Amino acid sequence: MIPTVPQSNALKWSYRAYVTLFFVYLALPLTVVSVFAFNDSVFPSLPWEGFTMAWFFGTEAPFIGVFNERSILRSIGTSAFVAVWVAGLAVVVGTCNAFLFVRYDFRGRGFLYILMLLPLIIPGVILGISILVFSSSVANTLEDATGLWFDGLRPGLILVILGQFSFITTFATLVISARLQKFDLSLEEAAMNLGATKWDAVRQITLPFLFPAILGAGVVAVLMSFENFNTTLMLVGSDSPLTITMFDKLKQGSTPVLNAVSLLLIVVSAALGLLSLMFQRSKS
Amino acid sequence: MVSDRSKLGFYLLLMPLLLWLVILIILPHIGLFVVSISEKVGVREYEMGFGNYAVFFNEPLYWRTFARTAFMSIFTTVLTLLLGFPIAYYIAKLTRGRTKTTLFLMCLIPFWVSELVRTFGWMILLRETGVLSNFLQNIGLVEGPVEFLYNDAAIMVGLVYTSILFMIVPLVTTLDSLDDSLIEAGYDLGGSGLSILREIVIPHAMPGIVSGCIVVFMLSLGNYLTPILLGGKDSLWFTDLIYTQFITRFNWELGSAFGFLLLGLSSAVVLLGLRLSRQSLADTMGR
Repeated sequence: MIPTVPQSNALKWSYRAYVTLFFVYLALPLTVVSVFAFNDSVFPSLPWEGFTMAWFFGTEAPFIGVFNERSILRSIGTSAFVAVWVAGLAVVVGTCNAFLFVRYDFRGRGFLYILMLLPLIIPGVILGISILVFSSSVANTLEDATGLWFDGLRPGLILVILGQFSFITTFATLVISARLQKFDLSLEEAAMNLGATKWDAVRQITLPFLFPAILGAGVVAVLMSFENFNTTLMLVGSDSPLTITMFDKLKQGSTPVLNAVSLLLIVVSAALGLLSLMFQRSKS
Repeated sequence: MVSDRSKLGFYLLLMPLLLWLVILIILPHIGLFVVSISEKVGVREYEMGFGNYAVFFNEPLYWRTFARTAFMSIFTTVLTLLLGFPIAYYIAKLTRGRTKTTLFLMCLIPFWVSELVRTFGWMILLRETGVLSNFLQNIGLVEGPVEFLYNDAAIMVGLVYTSILFMIVPLVTTLDSLDDSLIEAGYDLGGSGLSILREIVIPHAMPGIVSGCIVVFMLSLGNYLTPILLGGKDSLWFTDLIYTQFITRFNWELGSAFGFLLLGLSSAVVLLGLRLSRQSLADTMGR
């Protein structure tokens, strides 16, 4: 079935109907989440009790809005803290990896490349428990040996950051490598002929060329970190990031304040997603 | 011309990669395996042995949950392929330019949003007091409220929703590269729509089908949120057993064994898929 080959109308229209239905299916959950953020009721369900902004700005119980709900605000802060660290680390390591795999041909390169891709095919829960088990045994050994405490190796934000970093770096590496491959090496050579050192050439020519990819990878990393659940669940300590806090609240029974947070998340992540596409598509 | 300087640069670039892979991937997995083969014999005393794996095979609840998770993930994968293929084909072959970009973006947007939010949306739709139940009552199809949540169908709906993008994107990419003239030639030679689909379109899309299936299967197998929230207490998903052993029961040895079994199954499926389609991991994942 292609446009140049005629098809019966019935077939054409049922195909279109299916595609339409599919997009309704895609949009449905996000739409109801957003709509119920404005329902003037303590349950995120029907009946519709009227329009309210209380779930965003409300101050009186039970209508405490997102912007006045401390536990949610704090967990947004925690998530942002984690995301910034993860994105920063992933982008730096990803850039190094890109240079290594694109510029150097060495023994074991293919093997290391496969190893670098592995985090993509390890389920997030497993990544989480393996890091949990390993760091705890290291902490036990160190504590037995020195008598000091190593709280950083116990479940908490450091482990959450490391756990997310461990697989997000693969994505950063792939995004940055893809752009580095398009780079014309003669530009660097020209800079060096004009007297620049290798490092100067990389810093002034190659890195600016890579910048859109680096920024794009950073945005994707922030997005992935913010919404990661599986790995985080296993490594989280007392400070929980937003997804964990929301999960706990959801299990206890939810109020539309969760819809309000969700709506904010939808808007912000859609914006970030579009932004990352723009960076990746900008002129090469 | 490998100068000492460029060698130094090479090692400086190699360092972060090795640190990352060794400390966060390789050693933790070795550690996980070691814990999974240690049996507790006293306070902080362990013996090596496969007892934890024996527990898994001797306790029906455990291996049945494992098998159930695997089968439901396979089912999700097949369903996702069947539902996603026509959409990918539509986007790749029947739309052009701006419409194509828009449709593609409309597919992408839900997946930038946290899985938690998407699942929450399904809960609002499907629960007893939810939108669907109310809708059916209003149009007079059912008498009282209906609970659509907390059953296997709800889990499937959620899993397909969560993973369908990972099917559509590779399919669109491979179908995009299929030249329309090949399909026209098929029609010219007297092929029917079905035979062309079987002999031209599907063989061409095979790499996309395989990588889509691998990713969807892996994501379903390792999913925690969707089965727990949509399936309720009886969801019986294997990741939930792992979570229980680690966090609730504090039996890390058994939990590690479970983790390793899940990792084994997921890796086996990935390898099998790659072998069947004669692709390498680098081609499939490293796009």
